[in-house]
Amino acid sequence: MNAKLRPDPTFYASAKIAMNAPVENFAFTAMLSPDGSQSDGIAVVDLRTDSDTFGEIVHTVMTPNKGDEFHHFGWNACSSSLSPLTGHAFLERRYLVVPGIRSSRIYIFDVKEPLKAKIHKTIEPEELFEKTGYSRPHTIHCGPEGIYVSTLGGGGQDGTDGPPGIFIMDCESFEIIGRYEMDRGKQDKHYDFWWNLPQDYMVSSEWGLPPQFENGVVPEDLLSNKYGHSIHFWDLRARKNVHTMDFGENYQMALEIRPAHDPTKTYGFCGVVVDTTNLQGAIFTWWRDDDGNWQSKKVITIDPRPEDPENLPELLKGFSAVPPLVTDIDLSLDDKYLYVACWGLGEMHQYDVTDPLNPRLNGKVELGGIAKGTKHPNGKPCVFGPQMVEISRDGKRVYWTNSLYSTWDDQFYPDEEGGQMVMARVGDDGSFSLDKDFYIDFPKGLRAHQIRLEGGDCSTDSFCYPSV
Amino acid sequence: MFDVSSVTALWWAVIISGLYHGINPGMGWPLAVSAALMARKHSALPKAIAMLGVGHFLAMLGILLPFSMMVFLIEKEVELRVIAGTLVTCMGIYLLINRRHPKILSRIHPARLALWSFLAAMAHGAGLMLVPIYLELCQFEGGQGSVMAEGHTAAQALMDSSVYTAFLVAAVHTGAMTLAGTLLAVAIYLWLGLKFISRTWFNLDIVWAISLIVVGAFGIFSAIGGAHVLR
Repeated sequence: MNAKLRPDPTFYASAKIAMNAPVENFAFTAMLSPDGSQSDGIAVVDLRTDSDTFGEIVHTVMTPNKGDEFHHFGWNACSSSLSPLTGHAFLERRYLVVPGIRSSRIYIFDVKEPLKAKIHKTIEPEELFEKTGYSRPHTIHCGPEGIYVSTLGGGGQDGTDGPPGIFIMDCESFEIIGRYEMDRGKQDKHYDFWWNLPQDYMVSSEWGLPPQFENGVVPEDLLSNKYGHSIHFWDLRARKNVHTMDFGENYQMALEIRPAHDPTKTYGFCGVVVDTTNLQGAIFTWWRDDDGNWQSKKVITIDPRPEDPENLPELLKGFSAVPPLVTDIDLSLDDKYLYVACWGLGEMHQYDVTDPLNPRLNGKVELGGIAKGTKHPNGKPCVFGPQMVEISRDGKRVYWTNSLYSTWDDQFYPDEEGGQMVMARVGDDGSFSLDKDFYIDFPKGLRAHQIRLEGGDCSTDSFCYPSV
Repeated sequence: MFDVSSVTALWWAVIISGLYHGINPGMGWPLAVSAALMARKHSALPKAIAMLGVGHFLAMLGILLPFSMMVFLIEKEVELRVIAGTLVTCMGIYLLINRRHPKILSRIHPARLALWSFLAAMAHGAGLMLVPIYLELCQFEGGQGSVMAEGHTAAQALMDSSVYTAFLVAAVHTGAMTLAGTLLAVAIYLWLGLKFISRTWFNLDIVWAISLIVVGAFGIFSAIGGAHVLR
């Protein structure tokens, strides 16, 4: 039993309280072996500023298997446990739920003592297939009834037997309970999801089906607009898709969903990897209007950079340009800054989204990039481009890593190998620049993906009370 | 020996159990805070408290009324009280062993507060906690009734009286619960701030389960002991 007498001190009633809470002491970063020759694992990074090992990997937990391909992961419990409705306030934020998107195996890591983190439980793929008919588990959020996990594949060998969806896990025993959906409507692909718990809605997004990503991006599918380009709005507790919003088929790969953290707000953002008509990256703002209807508007476009085909990977030679490739976005807890990873260009953009319909580019950091390879201020190289981004609760530190997905890394950056984690600092005036001294080079043969911060971060916790 | 069973003491037990349910976050006061903050309106707080009260009141009646019928139907009053006490004790033991939270509560739309409150009270056996106290009260009321009348009218009077007592117990209990919940919700909403949501949230699961066991045991004990004294 994980029951405590008092709520976990890392559960915060509102985003504002979380911002003023003590800062993070550790980061947990997913490491993956791109060719499956080594085991994947979690790196524990020391972020205690007074520590001799600040900014170093101080512990690693590797799995006993190979070929899992770690990608996204999340907590067993977050601030949503303070929901007045569900009364799960006495859980502990202690376990990381880490799925392998290639193997469909799910690991539960016990990180109560970060320096002694260990694997607590392993759920074999067969159990997932049998209980849900889904495969390739991905995004984790803790919510009503337990832990919600999105999947990228349905049943069968190639994951195309039936649509992918979300399943629910018990937040204490980690037993897989079953499918979430009661009426999925038009939803037939999946990627990310998030919600507004008090307002009782969920938003989900689409990447593509497993044959469209597992062996690399399929150029014919991309150019014929066959990747996902819709997001879905759900009645969360009725488990019903109430509206499917199609951005337009040229907006290929609508990935990350970032709702405003303050639950009184009824808007959020979604990043689109590439507009196939002009190679732009795009951010859409979605919101519910006064009549209760869901709306959306393209609020940010990022232009491609012209480039000599000679310098470009095979995939891009025909375009003579580097597409921005917006692969991840993250919103600070005060709903003020949206960070947009342009993995192709090699840039991390910082937008002021105080007015969500009129974002303003406030800052930019260049690092890596196709046919560019901007070096870190410390003079060392960073492979690929800025990718998985995570913001500290107080909004003053922005961390990121650089791998997108093993086979895609190899297509867009065929000559590069490795993995780095870096940090940028955000000043009180909003200034945004890389910290020269924070640079983590991952062990040889491993790449780095999602980062989770001890005690919660800007893409895990769901708050049930307004920021007043 | 059984002076605690005086009518006054029993009514105090009804009130104190109400205050106790009221301060338990599991019975809903944080919902009133969140309702007012989400709606950005002070008036949403009393409205939410009222809805929670309605749900709780109905849950109390839902448990007490069947027992009021049984008081009337079953002549073996001591046995009824022993069975009721055992039932309450068993609920306590069940909650002590099964510490999982009822999942059904998380399926309810956040705006349906009365329904939520009703089911939360039911799932946690809040109404059962009142049953031994209620039956003890009925014994006093019933005792008076049987002296006053006989035959069919006596039975009718007994039933009227037990139903009336059930309503009164549910109302007084819910009143006390609402008062305690309101005080906490208003204090946090107006003065203390949201930080106190987590600070005031104590895990009452075990205490709650033990309360049921204690109340159940009291019911059994006083039924047997009371019968003995009457003889």
